[in-house]
Amino acid sequence: MNKILISIVLANLLVACASEKPKEPEAAPAPVVETPAPAPAPAVAVDPLNDPTSILAKRSVYFPFDVSAVQADDKPIVEAHGKYLSEHPDRKVRVEGNCDERGSNEYNLALGQRRADSVKQMLILSGAKASQIETVSYGEEKPVCTEHDEACWKQNRRSDIKYQ
Amino acid sequence: MKIWNVLVGMLLLAQASTAGAALSIEIIGAGEHQTPVAIVPFGGDQNLSLAINTVIVSDLQRTGLFRLIDPIGKSPHEIEEVSYPDWQVRGADALVIGTVAVQPNGRIEAKFRLLDVVKQAQLVGQSVSANASQMRAVAHRIADLIYEKLTGDQGVFSTRIAYVNRESKKHYNLIVADSDGYNEQSVLEQSEPIMSPAWSPDGSHLAYVSFETGHAVVYVQSLYTRKRVVLANFRGSNSAPAWSPDGKQLAIALARDGSTQLYLVKPDGSGLRRITFSGTIDTEPNFSPDGQTLLFTSDRGGSPQIYSLLVSGGPAQRLTFGDGNNFSPHFSPDGKGFVYTHFIGGKFYIATQDFLSGQVEILTQGGWEKNPSFAPNGKLILFASEARGRGILATVSSDGRVQEHMFTQSGDAREPVWGPHL
Repeated sequence: MNKILISIVLANLLVACASEKPKEPEAAPAPVVETPAPAPAPAVAVDPLNDPTSILAKRSVYFPFDVSAVQADDKPIVEAHGKYLSEHPDRKVRVEGNCDERGSNEYNLALGQRRADSVKQMLILSGAKASQIETVSYGEEKPVCTEHDEACWKQNRRSDIKYQ
Repeated sequence: MKIWNVLVGMLLLAQASTAGAALSIEIIGAGEHQTPVAIVPFGGDQNLSLAINTVIVSDLQRTGLFRLIDPIGKSPHEIEEVSYPDWQVRGADALVIGTVAVQPNGRIEAKFRLLDVVKQAQLVGQSVSANASQMRAVAHRIADLIYEKLTGDQGVFSTRIAYVNRESKKHYNLIVADSDGYNEQSVLEQSEPIMSPAWSPDGSHLAYVSFETGHAVVYVQSLYTRKRVVLANFRGSNSAPAWSPDGKQLAIALARDGSTQLYLVKPDGSGLRRITFSGTIDTEPNFSPDGQTLLFTSDRGGSPQIYSLLVSGGPAQRLTFGDGNNFSPHFSPDGKGFVYTHFIGGKFYIATQDFLSGQVEILTQGGWEKNPSFAPNGKLILFASEARGRGILATVSSDGRVQEHMFTQSGDAREPVWGPHL
């Protein structure tokens, strides 16, 4: 009997969740002052994207020299963003691929594209839709660090996931 | 390769262009055989004469093929005033004299003679004129005529170069300048990066990559009307434009179908056709002078190396082997070899390879040396280098003996490419 009750409660909860999701934007508190047009609804629930303790706070993945495959250490980051995107189909990201300076500028532009694309593929494998993801490469044109040493280079060999 | 570390001069320019950018130049090394030449400042308008003399002297000096003899104490301007023994004593093989004047219509006219001191005969006697604003063009033309007569090779002092100057992370200029780096004109100024300028064969247009819309897009811009068209703006990176020698098509690198591959396209952006299908990175195409072959950079063998491909199709052939990575091939003007960037042991070097013998020559000492291209006479190679923490332009003679460093006034000079004869 208890089991059945729990099942029913769970089923109700699931239904509630499923039906509540699309309503989420409407859950905003009504503005205090009367306004003729409805204001854009600020999200009340804490978006895990804005939670500094969430894995989603990490938006960059790093690569070894001349490598474009997402490394094992960084996979959970990309997978978490893929899952988030699958749960938030209205959100879009731009994945930006970057390189260190140890190649020609054009080769690095192509390598940065591959780094962005490999993150995109993993986002899709984790549930995101291709239409949610734009990729761009900056090659070695936008380094975050400009010294000629590995400490710098490893910061520049990077793909950034940027929410639009 | 021997380097003498002879610091011949840091010439500061008085005649600044609208960009107001002064440039300094350092020359390292010397040619094996140097012809001793005395160049007497021309008679006539003294300010003009001095300015023209400075340009001619630095043009000739930069080649490493001449030893400049100080004409001090003697200043003939007409052939009747020349006493050949005066110049034989000083060790000059050749002597340049002349006059310069501003015509009533405002044009500069320089009349000059190149004299063979040994044979006591005139080699060249010519008048060169131009608008008052083109003093440097007059001087470059005279230097070209002297160079051609004394070396037998075509002069390139009157040609132009293009490069990108990164003033800051938010300020980029696409610059067209004289071959010596002076007379800079900005073709495009913006806050986003610019890459890979490429001259049309007639020198009238530049193709380049700009990030102004947020990703790499290839444009073709007229240097006369400043009008431009989008050559390629597909999904992903659009980059690495290279003109065919007849100017009727460009090879470009596009990531629109996945990995970066090579495509051909007409200068108006029509007729796009994919020509490589490696699924790896194929980029930096460069046409042979006969238009039949493309060199390009690919990592299809596991590391970035240089390959060649017939434009008509067929398998690609690998050209660089051994340790290290290789990038950015550019054909020599005679089509017998190519120049490229060799990366090994943490340093970039400028290198050449001869097709027939397969012989590789490393021309520079190594550092942050990238993007080499030949002068149209094949005697000099322009490349991007670094000195005192800044990106600079540099040239090296094709035999590796003479190097020149050109410092722009501010920022980092990047991605230089030598333009054609006009």
